[in-house]
Amino acid sequence: MSADTWSLYSEKVMEHFRNPRNVGEIENPDGTGHVGNPVCGDIMELYIRVKNSVITDAKFKTFGCGAAIATSSMITEMIKGKSIEEALKISNHAVAEALDGLPPIKMHCSVLAEEALRSAINDYLNNREKR
Amino acid sequence: MKRVYLDYAATTPTHPEVVTAMLPYLNDTFGNPSSIHSLGQEAKRAVEGVRKTIAAFIGAAADEIVFTSGGTEADNFAIKGVAYANEHRGNHIVTSSIEHHAVIEPLKFLEQRGFKVTYLPVDQYGMVDPQDVRKAVSEKTILISVMHANNEIGTIEPIAEIGTIAKERGVYFHTDAVQTVGHIPVDVNELGVDLLAMSAHKLYGPKGVGALYVRKGTKVAPLMHGGEQEQRRRASTENVPGIVGFGRAVELAQLEMNEEAARLIYLRDQLTRDLIEQIDSVRLNGHPRKRLPNNVNVSIQFVEGESMLLNLDMEGIAVSTGSACSSSTLAPSHVLLALGLLPEQAHGSLRFTLGRETTKEEIGRVLEVLPPIVAKLRSMSPLLRSRA
Repeated sequence: MSADTWSLYSEKVMEHFRNPRNVGEIENPDGTGHVGNPVCGDIMELYIRVKNSVITDAKFKTFGCGAAIATSSMITEMIKGKSIEEALKISNHAVAEALDGLPPIKMHCSVLAEEALRSAINDYLNNREKR
Repeated sequence: MKRVYLDYAATTPTHPEVVTAMLPYLNDTFGNPSSIHSLGQEAKRAVEGVRKTIAAFIGAAADEIVFTSGGTEADNFAIKGVAYANEHRGNHIVTSSIEHHAVIEPLKFLEQRGFKVTYLPVDQYGMVDPQDVRKAVSEKTILISVMHANNEIGTIEPIAEIGTIAKERGVYFHTDAVQTVGHIPVDVNELGVDLLAMSAHKLYGPKGVGALYVRKGTKVAPLMHGGEQEQRRRASTENVPGIVGFGRAVELAQLEMNEEAARLIYLRDQLTRDLIEQIDSVRLNGHPRKRLPNNVNVSIQFVEGESMLLNLDMEGIAVSTGSACSSSTLAPSHVLLALGLLPEQAHGSLRFTLGRETTKEEIGRVLEVLPPIVAKLRSMSPLLRSRA
């Protein structure tokens, strides 16, 4: 049985689900985003390393469904090498599009990914102010 | 890759002998049972024969069986039928908090129309306390509806005890027996029920056919109005091939049920034991002994059900989960929450339901494939790290 028999998700979603990129944590990250809650069944943690306002590394840890894992993986790929300003322009729709779409009922996972990114960037900006 | 199907509670493969029995009624014997000519009468004979078979199987009389389009219709018919035919006597219904949606949703519908419903809690194993039923029944109660066995966790409810209470109080008693008929003994008099819902495709019969047992004298309004089929209790031309398939499935269950239940209980307990021994932080959901012979439901901590299910599916293993990332509410199974599980435990549930084709080797395959899947998902779980 191959992935394409699973019609709920696109091939791209399944590819990221099978081989998620950038799983793990960053030690002493410059920013951390923690979003979601156990009630809705998705929890995402996003860690970023920032140098000269450019995201040089991103990692994630996610408890959630196939779409939650795939969107986490995709967003880490999308933000690496981007400036903070560029990264802030990434919408949940852009993440879903990069995955060749998500089922309507799973769009909330892409929203969560966008929120995780914003939360990590806000954390970075707050940390920078404090220094 | 050999497919391993462990989702028999969702549906069962149609038994080859059931298909063989149905074929003539899709071909030459296509008559409408309401027709007077011999082609119609031949179809009618087949339908009435099955009615007797099914009635005998559950200790009922033939004219107490009404064929429906399945379990959901049978539940809807029982609940709305009793409510509409008895609203002059009262507007209160007692049920459990772990019923199938085919019972909960018609009850919610009735609540919007002025009926009052009491949802009884269950204990940590999913068991209803018959004394709670006794306390909940009032002068206004017209119906008690408690499922025979739960479809998610497999717990078998104390139906006979509740039946005694219902009889004492003169209240109609309905049970959703979709998961039990053909799998464990069901006798409407031993259970003391007035209404009992069944579905053919859960016992190797075809989809789209079921039945409601209605005890003689029970006042039930029809859902479907039209022709005079089913003694005017359910209009619509009978699903003759489906009914014939249902009958053959019941005959086969009659022959094989006891032996098959013993075989499945052995495999069930082996799978449960192995999952708990070979994976950390696994708990069994539902009653350890008073449960369906084929049901294993576990919560695997720190990982989410759908992601486990997808990984198992990629290995050719079909199971189900109580996680509901894809339901519109995002809330996990109401059944698992009613047991007192935390949302993350409910989201981390897997249900394995075994059946005719399940072998020891298939159980072994699950134990080979699942532990690495859990390890992989746990390595990316923020829940595990935050505990450490």
